[in-house]
Amino acid sequence: MSIDLETAARVAKLARIEVPEEALPALAEEFNTILGFIEQLGEVDVEGIEPMVSVTPQRLKRRADIVTDGDQQASILANAPDAREGFFAVPKVVE
Amino acid sequence: MTDLNALTIAEARDALRKGNVTSKDLTEACLKAIEGAGVLGAFVHHTPDLAMAQAAAADARLQSGAEAPAMCGIPLGIKDLFCTKGVASQAGSRILEGFKPEYESTVSASLFDAGAVMLGKLNMDEFAMGSSNETSVYGNAVNPWKVDARQLTPGGSSGGSASAVAADLCLGATGTDTGGSIRQPAAFTGITGIKPTYGRCSRWGIVAFASSLDQAGPMTKTVRDAAIMLEAMCGHDPKDSTSADLPVPNFEAMLTGDVRGKTIGIPREYRMDGMPGEIEKLWADGTAMMKDAGAKIVDISLPHTKYALPAYYVIAPAEASSNLARYDGVRYGHRARLAPGDGITEMYEKTRAEGFGPEVQRRVMIGTYVLSAGFYDAYYNRARKVRTLIKRDFDLVFADGVDAILTPATPSAAFGLGEMAGADPVQMYLNDVFTVTVNLAGLPGISVPAGLDKQGLPLGLQLIGRPWEEGDLLNCAYALETAAGFVAKPGKWW
Repeated sequence: MSIDLETAARVAKLARIEVPEEALPALAEEFNTILGFIEQLGEVDVEGIEPMVSVTPQRLKRRADIVTDGDQQASILANAPDAREGFFAVPKVVE
Repeated sequence: MTDLNALTIAEARDALRKGNVTSKDLTEACLKAIEGAGVLGAFVHHTPDLAMAQAAAADARLQSGAEAPAMCGIPLGIKDLFCTKGVASQAGSRILEGFKPEYESTVSASLFDAGAVMLGKLNMDEFAMGSSNETSVYGNAVNPWKVDARQLTPGGSSGGSASAVAADLCLGATGTDTGGSIRQPAAFTGITGIKPTYGRCSRWGIVAFASSLDQAGPMTKTVRDAAIMLEAMCGHDPKDSTSADLPVPNFEAMLTGDVRGKTIGIPREYRMDGMPGEIEKLWADGTAMMKDAGAKIVDISLPHTKYALPAYYVIAPAEASSNLARYDGVRYGHRARLAPGDGITEMYEKTRAEGFGPEVQRRVMIGTYVLSAGFYDAYYNRARKVRTLIKRDFDLVFADGVDAILTPATPSAAFGLGEMAGADPVQMYLNDVFTVTVNLAGLPGISVPAGLDKQGLPLGLQLIGRPWEEGDLLNCAYALETAAGFVAKPGKWW
């Protein structure tokens, strides 16, 4: 499996990271090096093996389905790059 | 008399309880040491006022007559990955510039409840992704060990923690370990570091890298200190659903040094091609020490070891790509300056391009790729199946009666900062070849300094224990530490 420039650009888009056109060839090459390393996994016989879900066999604890937290608007907005009138502010999303 | 900042946690605790020293004295000694050690780049956010206030409170508690916890009054450094209320917590990244959490991580809160003192925040690789502390937005942390003109890496990702403890800037430090980030830097700096069983320490309030692998742990000057500090960091937390609801033993009380009748496994797959002779000799010496201490040595096989790193470099980036999706310039941290007409997608893309460094960008994109439609089964699911096999390898040897496994901690001693700059990313990943299996299997692992190489740099050995048996593991490590008798300290050049 070899990553071409188009795939590298698509992955960058999916990851929402702006990558300038001229940086794509080097990025694709790095992807290929890493994926080449990962390809070794193809040698392993995984027939009938379950993919790991949890490293320690444990049943997640249950709790009552009730509100346990909240009413912290000021704390939640305290670190926002742009907060106005109790909301996070972002560029216009819908025309 | 030893400088106060050079004391171990156990020594300081005993002196505090006897009233021979105050937390104020200890804290002042550490703050002074930190002031003179800027070149090490270990502390990146300084909190001297908070430290002195916590020290005063600890002294009052110690004098109140009631038995104070062991960590009461002990000055620590906290890795930048831990959210600390009102104190910058950036995970070594530009994207969290200016972020001051409104809350305290469970682990740091437990330490502070026990009376520990925070001197400041410690340098680390960006989002804990790196093995040399060279991906940090703050610049490099530097190893206090120096044998020639070069500055050496303290390892990573907990490089600042390792450097600070080895240079006696604090009595202990918190670290986190996703693929070796406590044990590799501990080995590179001649200190002790333990990653407990997955689920021992709450992950709540620790900036997430790969949630199924991340664990916090202590980095200390001795095994005894690791036992004392680990106990204060562990415990069930309802805010982390993977945190184990199990009693936390008194780990220090389990340090008898008696390993007679214990079975120590030596895994043949860890004897890598091209392993330096010195590492091989250290490993053989450590094996002989455990044997002399009365342990039974057995050769074991962990056949899927070779596939641990490739599996890790699918699973960890996949989880990271998901965890790091939250850094979007909306709720906290950096937001890029936008051009006229830019919409929300441009805001995300520019913010993340400016905020994440190259290694983090690379891993987020690899993670995105292995999870994308058409590749999910071939990469991600296959890696999770291989992870099942890696854990099974360990389950089988433990079922055969092995109590702990002895391996080298790292494939080399500390290397020079910048020396790996020209190498491809995979070369750097190989640093974690002996440690990463332990994260994939969720096991406890500890790195103990065991000797010096011919240049005079420290080397570490790793012991791997059964799940939840940190006490037994620490006792094996204590026996190894006693036999190795490693007492060397870096000469002060900074």
